[in-house]
Amino acid sequence: MAEKTLLDVNPSGLIEHDHNHDGIDRRGFLKCMAWAGSGALCVIHGGVLTSKALGLPGSAKAHARGELSFVQISDSHMGFNKPANPDVISTLKAAVDKINALSEPPAFILHTGDISHLSKPEEFDNVDQILKSTNKEIFFVPGEHDVLNDDGAMFRERYGKNSKGRGWYSFAQNGVHFIGLVNVMNLKAGGLGTLGSDQLEWLRDDVSHLKASTPIVVFAHIPLWTIYPQWGWGTEDSGQALSYLKRFGSVTVLNGHIHQTMQKVEGNVTFHTAFSTAFPQPAPGAADSPGPMKVPADQLRSVLGITDVNYVQRRHALALVDSSLASSTSRSMS
Amino acid sequence: MRKKLLFGGVAIATVICALSLLHGAKRENAPSSAAMLLVNIDNFSFSPETVSVPVNSTVTWVNKDDVPHVIASTQGVFKSRALDTDDKYSYKFTKPGTYSYFCSIHPSMVGKIVVR
Repeated sequence: MAEKTLLDVNPSGLIEHDHNHDGIDRRGFLKCMAWAGSGALCVIHGGVLTSKALGLPGSAKAHARGELSFVQISDSHMGFNKPANPDVISTLKAAVDKINALSEPPAFILHTGDISHLSKPEEFDNVDQILKSTNKEIFFVPGEHDVLNDDGAMFRERYGKNSKGRGWYSFAQNGVHFIGLVNVMNLKAGGLGTLGSDQLEWLRDDVSHLKASTPIVVFAHIPLWTIYPQWGWGTEDSGQALSYLKRFGSVTVLNGHIHQTMQKVEGNVTFHTAFSTAFPQPAPGAADSPGPMKVPADQLRSVLGITDVNYVQRRHALALVDSSLASSTSRSMS
Repeated sequence: MRKKLLFGGVAIATVICALSLLHGAKRENAPSSAAMLLVNIDNFSFSPETVSVPVNSTVTWVNKDDVPHVIASTQGVFKSRALDTDDKYSYKFTKPGTYSYFCSIHPSMVGKIVVR
């Protein structure tokens, strides 16, 4: 069965989908509706995805409270100073305020790359300084803007001291296995993001000892699913990586790079991309190029944001909540 | 029939005209001695995408985009640093050949320099 679009809102305002009646076909596509600035909640349970708009009566309070909560931020682009956002410091600070206001404090933060705009030390310094006020441990993977002139040497010196190869690593937290991958280096002309054979080999070994019931969270900068190859929005050898993760019951893939939220569920794998905290980019093919999208100043914060992720052990589920910097609805979650 | 002949005549005249224009343009833009040539980077593409220059010419890339780009030879012959908006990078081509290049951070952007 072909993929189908799964974004339909029933009269109660809740979006609910169970496209797994036969227990086999669990392919689907869902564009989280955080674009409108209201936030969305997606609960994954054994491959079945349920999503509910935030701030509506009966929002899934119980689903969201879990044993492990963490936040994903992405694409800070410190140093960018052009329309539509001449002040990326303020919007990153707003993201930090949002994180600090979460009533269920996250255990840690994942940053999925493009910390800096031009790989300059002072840009990294600024981000470090702003993120310090979260008092959280932060796990980074590089974006292409973080490895511009030195093949990522400065990035690894700052953020990847315990990483392998070009900066990949894994760690375990509350029974969830987290894997940070690097797909922004050694890119080939005309190609997409690349993981490379050495990283793929490491990944295969890294997960080989894990039980199939272990929930997996993979995070990397460029999407590990092909969103729009004309703009380089995909990773050419991601299929190989995902083949090593096929046997696991719950795999969540968190990416950045495209500066907008998107989600797709395929089998037991949920793919999700996060907001930027700096500037929005156009929907795939909606403009001549993927360059920064200019929006009126009063709308900027509705297209920037953070992603709050909750893991509910009992339900074997990960709940993803995108909330824009303009909305206050994320607080109603917890 | 007469119409066809007339049309043919016009077509031939047009081709001759175009050829002579092309010839003139060629002489103007590509002298036999070394030249300077500008490639604009705009909207995530190189313009012109393919250029032909005599040996010892210098090609200069100018980034007109709001995001940085990196000029990198596919064969590893040359590579710029990250070019921010309005930054330039120049390379002098001292050997004939076809030099493919791309943006090493946006690899879907490709271009070619043909050195005669």
